[in-house]
Amino acid sequence: MTVLDRPTGGTRHQRRTPRSWLRGGGLSTLIFMLPLLVVFGVFSWFPIGRAVVMSVQTTNLVTAPEFVGLQNFRDVLADPLLWTAVKNTGYFALLALVFGYPLPLILAVLMSEVRRFKGLFSALAYLPVVVPPVVAVLLWKFFYDGSPTGVFNTILGWIHLGPYPWLQNATTAMPSLVLEATWAAAGGTVIIYLAALTSVAPELYDAAEVDGASVLGKIWHVTMPQLRGILLITFILQIIGTAQVFLEPFLFTGGGPANSTLTVLLLIYNYAFANSLGGDYGAATALSIMLAAVLAILSGLYFRVTRSWSTS
Amino acid sequence: MKSPLRMSTALVVPGVLALGLLGACGSNDPVAAPSTGGKVTIEVSIDQGLEQGAIDAFNARVKQFQTANPDITVKSKEYTWTGTTFAAELAGGTLPDVFPIPFTDGRGLIERKQIADLSPLIAKLPYAEKFNPKVAQAGEAADGKMWAIPIAAYGQGLHYNRTLFTQAGLDPDKPPTTWAEVRTDAKAIADKTGQAGYSEMTQSNTGGWILTTLAYANGGRVEAVDGDKVTATIDTPAMKKVLEYLKSLRWDDNSMGANFLYDWGTINQDFAAGKIGMYVSGGGNYGNLFTQNGLKPADYGVTILPLEGSDAGVLGGGTLAAVSAKASPAQQAASVKWIDYYYMQKLANKDAAILDAQTTKDAGQPVGAPQLPVFDRATYDESQTWIKGLINVPIDQMKPFTDGIFDQPLLPEPASSTQKLYAALDPVVQAVLTDKNADVDKLLADAQVTVQSILGKP
Repeated sequence: MTVLDRPTGGTRHQRRTPRSWLRGGGLSTLIFMLPLLVVFGVFSWFPIGRAVVMSVQTTNLVTAPEFVGLQNFRDVLADPLLWTAVKNTGYFALLALVFGYPLPLILAVLMSEVRRFKGLFSALAYLPVVVPPVVAVLLWKFFYDGSPTGVFNTILGWIHLGPYPWLQNATTAMPSLVLEATWAAAGGTVIIYLAALTSVAPELYDAAEVDGASVLGKIWHVTMPQLRGILLITFILQIIGTAQVFLEPFLFTGGGPANSTLTVLLLIYNYAFANSLGGDYGAATALSIMLAAVLAILSGLYFRVTRSWSTS
Repeated sequence: MKSPLRMSTALVVPGVLALGLLGACGSNDPVAAPSTGGKVTIEVSIDQGLEQGAIDAFNARVKQFQTANPDITVKSKEYTWTGTTFAAELAGGTLPDVFPIPFTDGRGLIERKQIADLSPLIAKLPYAEKFNPKVAQAGEAADGKMWAIPIAAYGQGLHYNRTLFTQAGLDPDKPPTTWAEVRTDAKAIADKTGQAGYSEMTQSNTGGWILTTLAYANGGRVEAVDGDKVTATIDTPAMKKVLEYLKSLRWDDNSMGANFLYDWGTINQDFAAGKIGMYVSGGGNYGNLFTQNGLKPADYGVTILPLEGSDAGVLGGGTLAAVSAKASPAQQAASVKWIDYYYMQKLANKDAAILDAQTTKDAGQPVGAPQLPVFDRATYDESQTWIKGLINVPIDQMKPFTDGIFDQPLLPEPASSTQKLYAALDPVVQAVLTDKNADVDKLLADAQVTVQSILGKP
C-alpha cells in the first residue's frame, strides 16, 4: 500500500486507541526518538529549567538553596555595571553591524565575479573560521601589542602611523575586538552568500544587461532582492551573535580597560565565577534569562516586521 | 517557515544552558570512596603546565610515598588554583581529593563546610602545636580547630631583572629601597633598554590585590573591621598617593611599557622573558618563574617592598592544603598522610627535608627559594641549614629580600569579601594606567561606594 492509498482523517474518522497507535508504528517511532529526547532533555531543557529555578534562588551549589523570589532580578537591574555592559554590548553590536555585516556580502559578490581560482579565494575567505577561536585571539593579541615593536604598530610605522595602544585604551579596545571578530566570522557568512548567489538565475542578469544596467545596478536591482531572505536571516543571526559576545572580551581584555569592554555575557560570567568562594549564580541565571527574553522578543518582532519582505 | 520565536530561543539559550548544567552537576550525590579491602585511592593535585623535570620530581615523590604506604594508591591530577574557576570546580566535584587554596579562601570554605574537617587528624601530627599563629589562623574555624593545613606562607616582594638593571647603568646589588628610587630606576630602565621599567598586574582580581599591597606599604588599609561591622576604607590619602604615584610612572615618565592588562600568569611570563624591569608579587615567585616560564636564574633579583608612612606593612598570604568534603574518612586520613609527607615533613624533619631537596634537585628543579616560616622562625632557620648544600637557586641574588622580610610587619589580606573587593579595584588601577585624564578622586570615591555596597551584602 502506498502512502497515497492510505485513508486520511479528512475522509474517514478512525478512533485512535492504544492498539491502533501500536499497530500504526507509534511504539517504534517512540523508541527511535527516545535517545534524541533523552539527550535533548538532559542536556538542553533540564539545564534551562534548572537555570530558571536558580534565578529565583540564592545558592552556592553546595548547601541547600534558598528561595528569594525576584530579588536576583532586582539586584541585577540595580547593578550599575549592568548598564555599562548593555551599553558596551550595544556598541559592539553597532560596530559589528556597520563594518562586519556588509563586508561578507561585498566579498561574496566580488568572489562570485571572479572567473579563475574561485576555490582558492573561497578557501582563503573561510580559513579564519577553521582556526580555533582561542588560537585566533591569542594570535591577534600578538598583533595588537601596544609597544612600537608590536606587529600592527610595526607595519603602520612603515607609513609613519602610530604606535597605537589597541587593547590598552578604553577608546580603541572595543573597535579592536570588532576587527578581530569580523575577521574571524566573515568567512562563514561569505560561504552562505556564495551558495545563495549561485541560485540567482543568470537570465535576470542578462535581462538587466539588455536594459543597460551597470555592475552596481545589477547588484542593487538583481542580486540584493534575490538574496533578501538570506540577508534577513544573517542580519538577525548577527544581532543575536553580537548580543552574546563573550570570547573576545574575555580573552583579549577581561572586560578592561576600566570596564570598557565588559559585555552582558561577560558580566554573567563574572557574576557566576569571578568570586572563588562561590559566585552569585542567582544573579547570573537571572541576567541570562533576561538576555534570552530580550533576544527572543527582539527576534519575534524582527520576523513579524520583516515577514512581508521575505521571499520564503 | 520556522517559528521565529522558537528559532531565536534555540539560538539564545547556550549561556543559560551552561549555568544550568553546572547546577545539575553540583546537585550530584557525593561519589562513594573507591576503597576496597583496606586499600584506599586518593587523587592529589600537581601544578598545571610543569616542565618534565618537575613532573619527574613529583612522580618520584609519589613513588616514595606509596612505598612507605602500600595501602594507599596516589593518582595525580593537574590543578592550579584559579579564582575564576575554583568555585565551579568545587561545586562540580572535579577537584582532586587534596588541593591547595589561598589563605583568603580558608575561612569562607570552612564556614560553609565546603572542605573536610581534618581537625582530629591534624591534631595527631607531631608539629600540630608548632604552627606560626599568624599563619595557622588562615586554616582554622572560628572555634580554633584547624580544618586545612598551612603549607606555605609569603610576604609580597619587589622582583627585579638584574640584567636590565645592569643595562640601564644601575647596580643590581643595590635595588631600590624607597618608592622614589623605584620610580627613578624604572625610568632609567625604560629609557635605556626600551623595556617596561615597572609593571603592574591589573586583571582577574590581581589589580586589586597589588593595589591593596601598595596601599599597605604606604600605611593604608582597605577595610576597617569593628566587631561584625566592616567598613570600606578605599578613599584614603594612602590609596590616593599610590594611584598618583602610578599615574606619574605611567604618564609623566612613560616607564610602564605598553601592556596594562596583566594578570599573575602573563606578568610572570613577560618578566621571565626580560620585558619587565620590576614588579610586585609574592616573594616566593621564583619557583613559578623558573619552572613554568623559563626564567634565566642570572636575570633574577628580589627585594623587600619599601614601607613608607606610619603603620605601613607588607601584605602576606599563603597556601593551605585542603581536602574535599566528599572524601571518605579513609581518604581523608590518607590525604592528611600525603599532605604531611609531601608538603610538611620537609619543613620539620631533617631526613625528609634532605630527601625532598635531593629529589627536586636531581630533577633540575629549584631548591631553596625564599618563603616565610609556616612554623616558628627557629624551625625555619634550622630547616634551611639541613638543605644548605643542596640549594641551587641564586640565593645571593635574593639576599635583599631574605635579609629584610623577617623584620617587616606582616599584614593579612582583607578578611571580608576579599576577591570581590579586589575585583572592584581592578578597573580603578586600569583606568589610571590607560586614561591620561583619569580623575583619581572620582575613581576612589566611586570605588568606596562600590566596595561598601559589597561589604554590606550578607
